[in-house]
Amino acid sequence: MDASAAPTAIQVRDLVVGFGQRTVLDHLSLDVHRGEILGLVGASGGGKSVLLRTIIGLIPKREGSIKIMGMELDQAMLQGTQAIGRRWGILFQQGALFSSLTARQNVQFPMRENLGISESLLDELATAKLEMVGLSRDDGDKFPSELSGGMTKRVALARALALDPEIVFLDEPTSGLDPISAGDFDALIRTLHQTLGLTVFMVTHDLDSLHTVCDRVAALADGKIVAVGPMTNLLASTHPWVKSYFHGDRARVRAPSAN
Amino acid sequence: MSGGPLFSFAISGERVEFVATGPWIAAHAEALELLVSDVTSKAPAARSAAVNLSGIEQLDTLGAWLLERVIRVCKERGQETVVVGLSPRFCSLFDTVHELNRDPPASHAKPNRLIAVLEGVGRATADLRVDLLAFLDMFGAISMAILRVLSRPRSFRLTSAVHHLYRVGWQAVPIIALITFLIGGIIAQQGIFHFRKFGADAYVVDMVGILVLREIGVLIVSIMVAGRSGSAYTAELGSMKMREEIDALRTMGFDPVEVLILPRVLALIIALPILAFLGSMAALYGGGLVAWLYGGMSPDIFLARLREAISVTHFEVGMIKAPFMALVIGIVACSEGLRVKGSAESLGLQTTTSVVKSIFLVIVLDGVFAIFFASIGM
Repeated sequence: MDASAAPTAIQVRDLVVGFGQRTVLDHLSLDVHRGEILGLVGASGGGKSVLLRTIIGLIPKREGSIKIMGMELDQAMLQGTQAIGRRWGILFQQGALFSSLTARQNVQFPMRENLGISESLLDELATAKLEMVGLSRDDGDKFPSELSGGMTKRVALARALALDPEIVFLDEPTSGLDPISAGDFDALIRTLHQTLGLTVFMVTHDLDSLHTVCDRVAALADGKIVAVGPMTNLLASTHPWVKSYFHGDRARVRAPSAN
Repeated sequence: MSGGPLFSFAISGERVEFVATGPWIAAHAEALELLVSDVTSKAPAARSAAVNLSGIEQLDTLGAWLLERVIRVCKERGQETVVVGLSPRFCSLFDTVHELNRDPPASHAKPNRLIAVLEGVGRATADLRVDLLAFLDMFGAISMAILRVLSRPRSFRLTSAVHHLYRVGWQAVPIIALITFLIGGIIAQQGIFHFRKFGADAYVVDMVGILVLREIGVLIVSIMVAGRSGSAYTAELGSMKMREEIDALRTMGFDPVEVLILPRVLALIIALPILAFLGSMAALYGGGLVAWLYGGMSPDIFLARLREAISVTHFEVGMIKAPFMALVIGIVACSEGLRVKGSAESLGLQTTTSVVKSIFLVIVLDGVFAIFFASIGM
């Protein structure tokens, strides 16, 4: 728990992950520092989501080690996923809200299972979390099928933050949102990161998010991290894939405003 | 690592001072909540209050909210409240939480239990009307689709209809035959057992023949089909509705009733009479077998008595009912499928409703037919 004991929030070393004959991640290493927002970019189908899902223990790895908060992931999993589940929150791409529960019940679910607090405090906290992500008290009574795409992501974020985790994993948080909503969501992540002192690991394709939100960006190509550092470093990278990613047609449109 | 969180108060003159120390984080949620409610309720009334937070080591949203709660309670008591010693690193969190939960919770007054029961009855009654309308709506839509298909026969989805006929008809034959065979056997056994007491065991053939051909054959088969194929229809259409496939069809200019529902319902209307026929035969076979093995009645005698006991009318009564049963099952299954909303729970609910409702309606329809056939002397 001590902050000085583990300067890196997530440490990935020589990670190999594959399915059948295919190797998706090939001796990949990556560090995520405490309290930073790290953005992960990579080609579609290039293994970004696989990396994220391996770090959170949904996909088994073949080789290598993953340490979260200085704790070996394998051991943490052996001790039971609940202990580690309290220390991270995950925003899935489609929200993954429980469709039979209201938004408020979705946020309350992890708290109810883990905290052992009274019903009235649960209600207050859930409303507080919903308000923190920019929703109103009344939105809490809606079911996931009644929420818009942006609201679904916000509720999912509130649920990810329910237990005040140290690390938050975001899988394409702004995909499927209009540019204004996406911008608002980016600002929200930035604010929550500052207020709650979160470490954020974010998979994204959104160049604006990378520019405005991320402290550091890691680029994944050919199963390895080929470049990592602040955005300026990546823009200066000579790796062919990184070059085409940040200097392609779509990137050039926004480049003048970024600089 | 220090111990758990602490919270206490001290009184100095007109002022009460609360002191919070230790880690105020979710890991200690249970203890923190008790501590806060305990201390705030014990604290005496005073002119002003101060909350000293200099000893807080860790703070998260839960801790900050509990502290904010203390402050709000003090303010409600009319005390001037100040916060002292808040570490700068918690400032922004504390300020954020200060802004939250400001709207008063909507008052959810617990309704009177009697009124709640009455409300439930009222709503269920009103829902009946909605159910009836949904049924008629689907019936109308299917009729319209049939008219359209009759005017343009080439637009009929023959492949789809044959596919569904294979699924609800052909693939259902083994289980339907098995179940009706067993039912026929059981009826015969019970008949022989009880009729034998007054020497009337020969009449078991009449009972099996009439019962199976008029009622049991078609009824058992309809219930089986409602459970087996009706539920599948509801679940299929429901998940298509959830994944917006039906909306996609509609936007491409296709009528979902014509494309999805008509082939399914027609397949059911063709399959059910065939299954009912096969089922009745299997039941008679089962009855004959039991009469031979258990009752000692040779197959020749059984057939001869059967020929005397039943006429083609009994067979017609059973068969006439079959397509109507199929229509009811199909309409209920498809309209329930289209009423599925976004959640997984609603899919399960509508599938259950579909099966329960179609079995209920099949039995009601059977009763109506019984009255009808009795009054026309069939």
